[in-house]
Amino acid sequence: MATQQTTTAGRALVAPSVILLFVWMIVPLVMTLYFSTLRYSLLDPDNVSFVGLQNYTAFLTDPDFLTALYNTLVLVGSVLVISVVGGILVALLMDQPVFGQNILRLMVIAPFFVIPTVSALVWKNLLMNPDSGLFAWIARSLGFDPIVWFTNWPMLSVIIIVSWEWLPFASLILLTALQSLDEEQKEAASLDGAGPISYFGYIVLPHIARAITVVILIETIFLLSVFAEIYVTTSGGPGNATTNIPFLVYKQALLNFDIGGASAGGIIAVILANIVAFFLVRIIGRNLEG
Amino acid sequence: MALKQSTGKRIGVTVVAWVVAFLIFFPILWTFITSFKSELDAIAMPPKFLFFNWTLENYYEVQERSNYLKFAYNSIVLSIGANVVGLLIAVPAAWSMAFAPGKRTKDLLMWMLSTKMMPAVGALVPIYLIFRNLHLLDSLFGVGVVLMLINLPLLIWMLYTYFKEIPVDILEAARMDGASLLNEIVYVLTPMAVPGIASTMLLAVILSWNEAFWTLNLTTSNAAPLPAFIASYSAPEGFFWAKLSAASTLAIAPILILGWFSQKQLVRGLTFGAVK
Repeated sequence: MATQQTTTAGRALVAPSVILLFVWMIVPLVMTLYFSTLRYSLLDPDNVSFVGLQNYTAFLTDPDFLTALYNTLVLVGSVLVISVVGGILVALLMDQPVFGQNILRLMVIAPFFVIPTVSALVWKNLLMNPDSGLFAWIARSLGFDPIVWFTNWPMLSVIIIVSWEWLPFASLILLTALQSLDEEQKEAASLDGAGPISYFGYIVLPHIARAITVVILIETIFLLSVFAEIYVTTSGGPGNATTNIPFLVYKQALLNFDIGGASAGGIIAVILANIVAFFLVRIIGRNLEG
Repeated sequence: MALKQSTGKRIGVTVVAWVVAFLIFFPILWTFITSFKSELDAIAMPPKFLFFNWTLENYYEVQERSNYLKFAYNSIVLSIGANVVGLLIAVPAAWSMAFAPGKRTKDLLMWMLSTKMMPAVGALVPIYLIFRNLHLLDSLFGVGVVLMLINLPLLIWMLYTYFKEIPVDILEAARMDGASLLNEIVYVLTPMAVPGIASTMLLAVILSWNEAFWTLNLTTSNAAPLPAFIASYSAPEGFFWAKLSAASTLAIAPILILGWFSQKQLVRGLTFGAVK
């Protein structure tokens, strides 16, 4: 079908997208790379000088950076575990023939559609406030002292909020994967007398393994960039307790006006994301062959 | 599980499923209820669940004090405008890749996907500086361009997977019946492509509506959409929970409803076709 003519026409149709995406990806990346080798402060914009890798060494030896890196990994790792394990359980539950299945599914998926700044502020104020939040009331009713969430457990608080946003996503994807498990296999398993545990381990888990991998990779990409939830709840604090890499770069660039340092941080974030993207792209590419 | 289940077990599973779903949904429900309380009722201890004076006063106040409609307008213009322009660019590209693939089409698709993996924070500094110099900070046009570009790979990918499902044989049948190329496009291809395009648009609008990294960093007031508007409630003065709830309810209700319609597309779109 690919005659000379259609090839040329095809190129003309694809070209705008390719050019736009190329510019969008390459220009900022090259500029960030370039800035990252400069001593460049917006407070002193006339005094720019080349400093080589100094920003990187400064960044990598800065205890704030190591804290931010650690926080990023804790946040991503915890939310992944909670949302994937929780997601599998919720998906299994929603796959059962229960009364009102459709309504249940709508309720479960809803948090994913909530604006991140709304989720964060609702959790912080209506639920987790130590004086008049709902959790404080529950704690007092049970005879405990209310937890002062954002002061004493700042990272845990952020993890809970972000997990609430991503659990529905994992549940929905895994439920979709579960539903493609064919009836015959289910019946064969029950005829063979498989108990629920071995049924899950030998039939269900292998069937949804790929969906789980996809969920993990996609969530990781998004979770490496968590920003709004931190911005409106803790502003990275107390101290640096909830500063992750995106927030550190934001602070460095827009609050401290240190363009060079922020750019070095940005490049480090790009490298981190690329390690994950490498695997994700391969999995999706394999699917494209089919 | 089609294993034979006793009625008792089924009731048990149903109850557990409802409790779990209710707990997951509860923060949204609680926001909705709180939005009808007076500020005093909103912080009352013990909490008032249903029996309080229901009032619409917060909704009036949110509009009056902070001009909610302006932010809603920005959200609508940005999420629809950016993605309509995005579609105009993406449809031809996806179309030609699906119906006249070349040798490198797959590589091209994978490359487009990889641009989506680039973390926003890697581009923040240069984009911020470029926008500052071009006076695009806090302008609908500037943020709109960014929102369009971050969705473009997703648009192309989703459209591509939908177009791929249109059977090419049907074109030949139409051609045998003597249809011209124009007729082919208007009467045969378009009707089959429209549902895919609509689904793609739906998901793209939802994602743009909720985007909060670029909108927080590139807007302050003029072009600020709802995510940035809600963020202004993080530094409150006085009692504000009921008003926060009213503003939040207004901000998420339209997209929640759209979202419920688009669950299937969500799976396909966000996994780039890896899970269907």
